[in-house]
Amino acid sequence: MIKRVFSNLFGSPATRLYPFTRREPFAGSRGQLKNDIAKCIFCGQCQRRCPADAIVVGKKPDKSWAFDRYRCIVCGYCVEVCPVKCLSMDPKHGD
Amino acid sequence: MSKRTIIPFGPQHPVLPEPIQLRLVMEEERVVEALPAVGYIHRGLEKLVEKKDYNQCVFLAERVCGICSFLHSVTYCQGLEEIMSVTIPDRARFLRLIWGEVHRVHSHLLWLGLLADSFGFENVFMHAWRCREMVLDLLERTAGHRVMLGVSCVGGVRRDISDEGLADILRTVDALQKEFDEFVPVVLNDYSIKQRTVGVGKLTKEQAAELGAVGPVARASGIARDFRETGYAAYGEVGFKIVTETAGDCYARMKVRCGEMYECLNMVRRAVAAMPAGAINVPVKGNPTGEVVARLEQPRGEVIYYLKGNGAKNLERMRIRTPTFANLAPLLAMLPGCELADVPVIVLSIDPCISCTER
Repeated sequence: MIKRVFSNLFGSPATRLYPFTRREPFAGSRGQLKNDIAKCIFCGQCQRRCPADAIVVGKKPDKSWAFDRYRCIVCGYCVEVCPVKCLSMDPKHGD
Repeated sequence: MSKRTIIPFGPQHPVLPEPIQLRLVMEEERVVEALPAVGYIHRGLEKLVEKKDYNQCVFLAERVCGICSFLHSVTYCQGLEEIMSVTIPDRARFLRLIWGEVHRVHSHLLWLGLLADSFGFENVFMHAWRCREMVLDLLERTAGHRVMLGVSCVGGVRRDISDEGLADILRTVDALQKEFDEFVPVVLNDYSIKQRTVGVGKLTKEQAAELGAVGPVARASGIARDFRETGYAAYGEVGFKIVTETAGDCYARMKVRCGEMYECLNMVRRAVAAMPAGAINVPVKGNPTGEVVARLEQPRGEVIYYLKGNGAKNLERMRIRTPTFANLAPLLAMLPGCELADVPVIVLSIDPCISCTER
């Protein structure tokens, strides 16, 4: 414990000066949802499966894909069910 | 008889992480009776189950609790797997055990910090939470999120852990063991912590059995009962040792949880060593028909899920009995006779989770 006391006294803090110092996100972390809209077929699977009703897909003729990131619970269920894999989880969040 | 005063403890109180009110009937500095008032954080999650399909409700069950979230989703999935007669792959059972036990360590470290905070020992609070950060980082690296893991699904788990990830788990477990070896004996032998916890909030074995105490509260009163004994998930293969104490006071509850943290690390090591290869989930077809009572041991004790399906994609009913609900009656038995200054320590010693209780 003495070692810990000295490391606490003379070492650097355990916390970071966020937002000036940011930790790099871990690979595979679920940060935020991204859609490669060029690949999207607007099938609406993601909208139907989303537990938080955060995605709205407009079908033909006005194809659209909208996503409310404040409703999103970042579960990744939409990414799992997307048939063309245009949805992905970006490990970064907040940008 | 001296004059009686009622002091409201909560719903907003510096030591309470979540809102519950205890109306303390006082005679001088001594508590004579405690009257609970709940209902400050009810969210209607059980009703919401009727509006979402059973796969979406895995994420809903996970959000019942912000601390033992993964174990809620596992209980829900185990219940549905029983209704739908699904046998999950061995690797999924082991992965559920690993994430579950790592979650238990994080919950106990959070609790240790909050308990230390309740009697003003800020150093222990910060030290426990610094260690907890290592656990949360491990969860994020392996599952993709710090608390809401979102990896359990009906039929197994969503995400696998690679060999490299398993090695990472072992490295973190060893680092945690080193930290525990350093600070747990100091915490358990500290003079001021003993002064605040030994003999405080006593619950006898008879009281614990009569009032239906669960989890570490029951085990600290000498009742060797743990639902993991039944061998669900991979507990049958990995095996574990029940940590019990007999004193039934706040110190015994602290000792039980500290002992459990070591036991969790040992279980994770054994599970990683015995990890079978193969698939991590099986496809599940159809909708649930029938009812089931699913039970599981959470960090706070045994949780009970009642699930009823009628062949539709949405469940007809979900009912949850959380461990804190079971431990509220024992808490009310612990409080009479204690001093007002000991109330925060006693309340925190049952590790109350009011959000779970009210759902």
